[in-house]
Amino acid sequence: MNFPMIMYILGMVLKYEGIFMLIPFITGLIYKENAGFSFAVVGLTSYVSGYLLTRKKPQNQLYFAREGFACVALSWIVMSIVGAMPFVLNKDIPNFIDALFETTSGFTTTGASILSDIEALNKSSIMWRSFTHWIGGMGVFVFILAVLPMAGGYSMYLMSAESPGPTVGKLLPRLRDTAKILYMIYFVMTLLQIIILLIFKMPFFDALTITFGTAGTGGFGIKNDSMAGYSIPIQTTVTIFMILFGVNFNAYYLLLGKNKGDAFKMEEVRWYFLIIFLSIAIITLNIVKQYSGPVEALRHCAFQVGSIITTTGYSTVDFNLWPQLSRTILVMLMFIGACAGSTGGGIKVSRIIMLFKMVGVEMTKIIYPRSAKFVRMDKNVVDDDTVKTVAAYLITYVLIFGVSMFILAFDNLDMVTNFTGIAATLNNIGPGLELVGPSGNFSVFTPVSKLVLIFDMLAGRLELFPLLLLFSPSIWVFKHYKKKNYALKK
Amino acid sequence: MKIVILGCGKVGKTILEQLVVEGHDLSVIDRQEDLIKRIGKTYDVNVHYGDGASRKVQIEAGVDSADMFIAVTDSDELNLLCCMIAKKTANCKTIARVRNPIYNDEIMFLKEEIGLSMVINPEYAAAKEIARILRFPSAIKIDTFSKGKVEMLEFKIIPGSPLCDLCLSDMSKKIKGQVLVCTVQRGNNVFIPNGNFILKEKDLISIVASHENSKQFFKNIGLNTHQVKDVMIVGGGRIAHYLSKDLLSAGIKIIVIEKDEKRQKELEKLLGDTGRFNVLQGDATNQEVLIEEGIDYCSAFVSLTGIDEANIFLSLFAKSRTDAKVITKINRISFDDIVENFDLGSIIYPKFITAEYIVSYVRALQNGMGSNVETMYRILNQKAEALEFKIQPGSPVIGIPLEKLDTKDNVLIACIIRGIDVIFPNGSSVILEKDYVIVVTTLLSGFKDIKDIIKG
Repeated sequence: MNFPMIMYILGMVLKYEGIFMLIPFITGLIYKENAGFSFAVVGLTSYVSGYLLTRKKPQNQLYFAREGFACVALSWIVMSIVGAMPFVLNKDIPNFIDALFETTSGFTTTGASILSDIEALNKSSIMWRSFTHWIGGMGVFVFILAVLPMAGGYSMYLMSAESPGPTVGKLLPRLRDTAKILYMIYFVMTLLQIIILLIFKMPFFDALTITFGTAGTGGFGIKNDSMAGYSIPIQTTVTIFMILFGVNFNAYYLLLGKNKGDAFKMEEVRWYFLIIFLSIAIITLNIVKQYSGPVEALRHCAFQVGSIITTTGYSTVDFNLWPQLSRTILVMLMFIGACAGSTGGGIKVSRIIMLFKMVGVEMTKIIYPRSAKFVRMDKNVVDDDTVKTVAAYLITYVLIFGVSMFILAFDNLDMVTNFTGIAATLNNIGPGLELVGPSGNFSVFTPVSKLVLIFDMLAGRLELFPLLLLFSPSIWVFKHYKKKNYALKK
Repeated sequence: MKIVILGCGKVGKTILEQLVVEGHDLSVIDRQEDLIKRIGKTYDVNVHYGDGASRKVQIEAGVDSADMFIAVTDSDELNLLCCMIAKKTANCKTIARVRNPIYNDEIMFLKEEIGLSMVINPEYAAAKEIARILRFPSAIKIDTFSKGKVEMLEFKIIPGSPLCDLCLSDMSKKIKGQVLVCTVQRGNNVFIPNGNFILKEKDLISIVASHENSKQFFKNIGLNTHQVKDVMIVGGGRIAHYLSKDLLSAGIKIIVIEKDEKRQKELEKLLGDTGRFNVLQGDATNQEVLIEEGIDYCSAFVSLTGIDEANIFLSLFAKSRTDAKVITKINRISFDDIVENFDLGSIIYPKFITAEYIVSYVRALQNGMGSNVETMYRILNQKAEALEFKIQPGSPVIGIPLEKLDTKDNVLIACIIRGIDVIFPNGSSVILEKDYVIVVTTLLSGFKDIKDIIKG
């Protein structure tokens, strides 16, 4: 492990986090809140320590997969800890573990909250909560890669550790250009949503925070009833944008290029929309009696389905009160999640497709033991390594889920609360069912359980393995590269 | 015509044999010295030993004054390169053998850029022919004329068929569907039958008909006219690749058995995106593999391994177990007569298909020099020929009723295509200008023009 380099990259992350904290600070200035200064203090400390760490470039700048993965995992932990400080300082969330839960939930775009009264918070805190969604959605490293020319050709490890999905596709030959394109698409779509929300007469502060939550598929509301209080056009706009941010960003890139038709041929995107369509159809029929008419049922259903499958977590109604069939479908959607290469979480549609195809291949192999069927996506053969990684991902996922269930069971809450609580955090959604449903929150858990859920959120956002790697002893080997190996870096 | 052939493999040799018979001036280039010497002793051609990609060797072989250059070495790239050199040297017609499926998909571009007159792909052609048979499994061989307006079908009369012991003059009364029996093979003899001819079982006959009529005819004599539902292919070579691609698009289910695991994976990657295609790894010469993978249930069986002997045995095995349509590929075995005596279903000879293509092209090229052959097929195991002529103005056959036309023996005017009409001629029919006429003959003397069928 090349620790000097890891410290250097961590320093860079701290520097940027310091800069990001300017936004809640400015919000505080505008609303004349004292709480805003806590962001200035933490931001400045963060920037200075970051500056000190990055003052001198380490001699050995080599980093490989293990450094990349460990670095990303550590950065996200450090980021969450630093991000939680202002909440403790300005007394909005005095308990450190609660503040950490809230910030991690923000960066990982989960949107699970321990707060029961959000409206009591300072505006600057609300802004920071929502803004962490926007940073976390596309990823900090993607951002750093976009703005900074990184030395060496190994930056791909950083990006692949942070990007959601089974494989990371470079859109352009150079990683930096790829990161730029992704942020460009992200930025333009964010801007578009803000403008449309303003047209529908949403207050500017609300439009900003809600859009940050939508773009990162986070889901921190700024009202106690989440999105229920807003007008129908605003809710509809948010529905559409939530679903759009759950689409694989490669599809948008294809739309910008020459072969626009290819975007509509992406297997994953097609299944994504098919799943959304079927879920909406079934749930609408199921809940139509609870509402005044099919149109209202459809509207609420579309919002909730879009919110859950993209792992955003906004709500306009308390879906905890829906019939069992609808609740079950929503829980299933929680696990499916959004497309790979989007800002959403969950297992990802592409992995689910691959898993089903793996079952098909296995069945063919039983019928024809001599055959050699491959898993295919978009008509191309998926290589064996990727298929194995997908299988390993699912196994790891189930293991983490199981262990979390076990630890949460000590709290003696009901099974549905625990199960959906973990599903909602591991899949980065936010609300679950029963006690952690849209009208409840996560303050019901003990601090130990909260730490487990914090781990689940980070594991879910970073696709399990980077975080698990930190538990591997072999990653903590302090061994310096010999001088003569430095030649490799050029 | 002066023709230079590069490469004397099995295809090169077959082409050479055909073209010598047709009376062309041939010169042959090959890199194998002993082979080229033997060719020089066996055939009446000029032989040159050397690398065909060398301009010097090409000129020595007479490319600079040749009318045509045919490159049939086993390397696609070499063939293309040599054709390009020949084209630049002499501006002759060039024909290249290109077999790689990757090039095959881009063949139009290559043809245009390199200036090729024709590209031959024996595997592709063989696959097309097999596919045609599988779409109409009752026939052994199907050839088409005038872009599919008329078909010539070859099939065996099975015991109990209504055709058994039927006099040809009674046929149109007893069986609906207007068809004409052109040739009959009984034992090793080939006849062009007249009205009094009586068909017997086990006769191999070829008929000419339009597509609809032939379907109707087959239905009326109780043969299946539906395309096969599933096919078992043994051997996953290039033919299997082309064939599978063709059959998959027709919705036919395919199982390919391939010995080599690497090739199996390759084929699976190329074609396995539909559930109807499955390539299995196994040695098909092991009976148990074939039985386990369902040889007893498939509706067609095609043996395409690289070893002719294996193909023959596989097909015999398939015939012994099922009523499936069996197709056997034979590459080089020269014991045609003995092979015929086995019950191997349809036999496909890729080298003959290639030779057929080239010979008909050469004849068509002579249009300007008096020939007007549009298409040519060898039928009944190479024992007879079916030719399609375009009638040029001033031809001596125009306007004369056929009964007064003094044709050679063993020549039959099978069909006249006039615009969209298909006419089965009788004694009073006449041939007009711009007609297409299909002639069947057992004389393999290389007719170049319709007037060659007239005596004297």
